[in-house]
Amino acid sequence: MHGLVFDVAHLLAGSLVLISFIELYQDRLFALINIFAAHALVLALSVAWQAYVQEAPHLYITAAIALVFKAVVIPMALHRIIVRLGIHREIETVVGIGPAMLLGMGLVALSMVVMLRVTAEADPLAREDLAFSLSVVLLGLLLMVTRRNAVSQVIGFMSLENGLVLAATGAKGMPLVVEISVAFSVLIAFIVIGIFLFRIRERFDTVDVQALDRFRGERK
Amino acid sequence: MPGVALSLVGILLAAAAIAIPTSGTRMARPLVYGICLATTLCLMTVAATALIGKSATPSSLALPAGLPQLGAHFRIDALSAFFLFVVNLGAAAASLFAIGYGRHEETPERVLPFYPAYLAGMKLVVLADDAFVFLVAWEFMSLTSWALVIANHKESDNLRAGYIYLLMASFGTLALLLAFGLLAGAEGNYTFAVIRSAPPSAGIAALILILAIIGTGSKAGLVPLHAWLPLAHPAAPSHVSALMSGVMTKVAVYGFIRIVFEMLGPPGWWWSVVVLVCGGATATMGVLYALMQRDLKRVLAYSTIENIGIIFSALGLSLAFKSEGLASIAALALTAGLFHIFNHSLFKSLLFFGSGAVLNATGERDMEKLGGLIHSMPQTAFVFLVGCMAISALPPLNGFVSEWLAFQAILLSPQLPLWSLKLIIPAVGALLALSAALAAACFVRAFGITFLGRARTPAASRAQETDRFSLTAMLILAALCLVAGILPGVFIDLLAATVQFLVGGRMPPQTGIEWLSIIPIAEGRSSYNGLLVFLFMIISGTLAAIAIHRLASDKVRRGPAWDCGYPDPSPLTQYSAASFGQPIRRVFGTIVFRAQEVGEMPPPASTAPARLTVKLSDLIWDTFYAPISGGITFAAEQLNRLQFLTIRRYLTLVFAALVFLLLVLAIWQ
Repeated sequence: MHGLVFDVAHLLAGSLVLISFIELYQDRLFALINIFAAHALVLALSVAWQAYVQEAPHLYITAAIALVFKAVVIPMALHRIIVRLGIHREIETVVGIGPAMLLGMGLVALSMVVMLRVTAEADPLAREDLAFSLSVVLLGLLLMVTRRNAVSQVIGFMSLENGLVLAATGAKGMPLVVEISVAFSVLIAFIVIGIFLFRIRERFDTVDVQALDRFRGERK
Repeated sequence: MPGVALSLVGILLAAAAIAIPTSGTRMARPLVYGICLATTLCLMTVAATALIGKSATPSSLALPAGLPQLGAHFRIDALSAFFLFVVNLGAAAASLFAIGYGRHEETPERVLPFYPAYLAGMKLVVLADDAFVFLVAWEFMSLTSWALVIANHKESDNLRAGYIYLLMASFGTLALLLAFGLLAGAEGNYTFAVIRSAPPSAGIAALILILAIIGTGSKAGLVPLHAWLPLAHPAAPSHVSALMSGVMTKVAVYGFIRIVFEMLGPPGWWWSVVVLVCGGATATMGVLYALMQRDLKRVLAYSTIENIGIIFSALGLSLAFKSEGLASIAALALTAGLFHIFNHSLFKSLLFFGSGAVLNATGERDMEKLGGLIHSMPQTAFVFLVGCMAISALPPLNGFVSEWLAFQAILLSPQLPLWSLKLIIPAVGALLALSAALAAACFVRAFGITFLGRARTPAASRAQETDRFSLTAMLILAALCLVAGILPGVFIDLLAATVQFLVGGRMPPQTGIEWLSIIPIAEGRSSYNGLLVFLFMIISGTLAAIAIHRLASDKVRRGPAWDCGYPDPSPLTQYSAASFGQPIRRVFGTIVFRAQEVGEMPPPASTAPARLTVKLSDLIWDTFYAPISGGITFAAEQLNRLQFLTIRRYLTLVFAALVFLLLVLAIWQ
């Protein structure tokens, strides 16, 4: 039993990292959103597996939240936003797939080294989870840093948060309140950012954040 | 005993709280200052009983407040009792003075709440018996005095003074914090009782000594940490200036004595060299600066620096003798230092009160715009003269006794076995003698230009005598100066317990000696009798007066002042403060201040006036402070660019910082 438990958890967390890598080289917005939905779906599965393993029924709620909001509602909303903004045909100039992937691999290696060393005495299940979730967080940050479009930065932020949820559920005894509040704070952040997107668009005719820099006055 | 003292401090804090809502009303001033006066008098009694009582055992008290597992400890021993007495004597005089002086306060709501809190802060520093309470009280004292410095914030100079003061005060507290951190050691027990019982090793002790000199010296005004003092002390209202100069610098000296004499264990011989050199340089530089100033209160502030130099020199002497095991001579030097602390708090408060009275009467602090005040303010002029004589160390007043005692200790330096000390101590003695002479010149100048001659401006000629409360406070202090000068033996014996506590020896008892003489070492060597000098001055003065009035005409005649044969109606042509300082500036100023004089003579037949321009530059400011402030400004400008990055750059910075920290974590182990 234990071997199977560990393997499935490992598989799900590992695929989360893999999907983060896929996100990293998507230069079309629709594709990026779809991959993000897959990311959230795998997260929901992973959380549900943790709920089953830890016999913690409240984690099913977390999984349901992840599934409903992150895999369905937010991607659909982002789809609509992109259509309404008329930027669905835009192709982002990314940093460059090769360097970004190399950087990402370096980050995963770094988080493995740090986490496996720091948590030497922890439960192996939680240990793997923590290492993978740190990778997901770092990859999310990398996505935010390498993109210029505000929508892709939002997605980077959301997948970063997925990593946090993965870490939170991997550790036993995390209270439900914490997870729910994290989920809601992300939702609110999404709403705020969404509203801002429209405001920015109204003002500047673009959601490229470089435009904001131009309008601050010091870049002519 | 500490319980009583603490509850009195609590009353002061309550007075500060009361002052906040009531400070706009007319009753607030006498009420607040009255409470301060009564409380400080009570505290003075507490301190005096602790000092006199033969059962001079330290009494301590621990309160369950402050840091967890530490609490708040308070203690009154011989050392803190002496300083508690000095602090409260100065505070009582200042409160009495302020009842009258505060009437002219433009914004009482900016002074009244902070004044009692400031008093409470100073007392808590002296009462503290653990590092936490000490530092909190120290910082409280700094902040409340800072609030008083910028009370008159409409003058931009005051704001700058407050800014520099705040910086220097934080810097000093930082040094003290590190010193106590080192004293507490690895176990981190911050109660003084534990620190006392386990003195640090020699290397750590050296570091603590330097930190203590920086921390307390920046508050006391030790050169080159003095830069804030002549700016901040004059900026405050005069009674607060008196407290800052006369009392707060003593609290700083208390901190120094507490750390260096009590907690560091047996002193090394070179400690005294550091303290002596600092003290000697401070004394000389302070008085030279004082001679160049034209602002009366700033002259007094620089003179405070000089006196702090004298006090630190005496403490350094005491350390030198203590390190060589000559306890009785160490006691002599320490007695001189402590006695000078007491004396300086008396006459510096008196002089600041006098300058405050002049400021109120004329609205001027600039000596070049005063003059002739002895006619309109005779009583203030008299007490100010007494203060000037005392600070110039003229017998029979108190300043002479303490400086004389210090020189007695210097003259005993040949008894030291170490050649380096044998050579350095006389050199410091020469610096002290020089500064004593220059101080006399400085106060001849301060009194003469301010009170003698003719009024230089209409404001000075309209001056009126100050109020009764202020006069009473000044008269009491002047009387105390005389009493301490005539009865030095009594004061020396009162200091014996404190001295015994610190250096393990004491001076021979002085009260039993006939005719109130004092004999510091042996009768064949030196003795001094203030009473004799006083009686001689009284008798010879009376006889001379009688002779003059009998033999010459006893009519009082007022004629025009002699003006070198050029009758000029303008009082501005009188001998001025700058004229008085010129010879000294020419002797010392070319090096110390890089003084440059440029005389401009108009060509013949031109009606343009001749000009003499003097340029002074502050060498210490230019060498120490200007580079530091320039460096900080440069760094701030470089870092300011961080405020204007793009969003992605910020994100990248955060990302890079996170990755960097993780890398450190990965490589560390």
